[in-house]
Amino acid sequence: MSDRTDLLLAIADDELFLGWRNSEWTGIAPFLEEDVAFSSIAQNEIGHARALYELAAAELGTTADELAFDRKPADYRCAPLVQLRRLEWARTIARHWLYETADEIRLEALKSSDDAEIAGVAAKMDREEAYHRMHAEMWVARLLSSEEGRARLHEAVDELWPYALGVLDDELRPELQRRAEERLGRPLPDVEPVSRGVHEAELAELWEEMTMVRRSAPSGAQW
Amino acid sequence: MSPVFEVFRQERKGQPFQHAGSVTAPNETFAEIYAREQYGRRQESVALWLVLREALSQISEFPDEFEMKYRRVDGYSIKARLREAREKAGTLEMAPGGEPE
Repeated sequence: MSDRTDLLLAIADDELFLGWRNSEWTGIAPFLEEDVAFSSIAQNEIGHARALYELAAAELGTTADELAFDRKPADYRCAPLVQLRRLEWARTIARHWLYETADEIRLEALKSSDDAEIAGVAAKMDREEAYHRMHAEMWVARLLSSEEGRARLHEAVDELWPYALGVLDDELRPELQRRAEERLGRPLPDVEPVSRGVHEAELAELWEEMTMVRRSAPSGAQW
Repeated sequence: MSPVFEVFRQERKGQPFQHAGSVTAPNETFAEIYAREQYGRRQESVALWLVLREALSQISEFPDEFEMKYRRVDGYSIKARLREAREKAGTLEMAPGGEPE
């Protein structure tokens, strides 16, 4: 596996798992409009995962489905932030916002990649992520506008901060810290990041659920 | 209670905006995101209008005390009158659709 496929799979796994985690709100989001919007965002993330898996699959001589569903849980490269099972709403928003902020920094770097395919997919993703960021930002603004919301958001961000740092490589982390601190208007603690490569128990649980239907059919089945 | 925004969507450029439904949202920012996801995510719209329901004026009373039937268009078949006129003028064959039924 090349550095290129390693990078593609890391981001694809992030998008796939976050898409699944966010879709855990489908049908039970705080209100109907949010239910539709958040589910739609979750579907977008899965679409991004597919585009990235396809690039990796072309290089590895396999298919996007095989990469998404036929690997063992230990082989997934997603950041621990997106592995965590559905969180309560303020934490869901904190994760969403932290992820989108980190993802924006990552996409900015990828858009100027020498690899034209990667730069192209990154630019396409970014045009959709812009709306995810707007959605995350409006919720952050909403939560910060009341005392209870502010307290809940800060608590959630503190809890998830080591995970958020783990989405990015070392050199991009200071930029995430700068942007997050600027938005929240307060310093964030220096903590040890929970980095890619760590597998939370919740990853294996989600894998069981996510691959259940595919595993129930003989390999090579056409869907 | 959050305000209601009425949403109008335009299917193709140049076409009229038609009422699509509504979204309930705490403010305009939320309403725009929700309307985009509900009425635009499948590429079914090229533009949306959002209007606060409170900003709309409605009229719903149209009195007609003297039954001025002559101002209505129902019961008056344009098709039949047109055919009659064409017959009179001898231009029936030249009418759109060619041969008369």
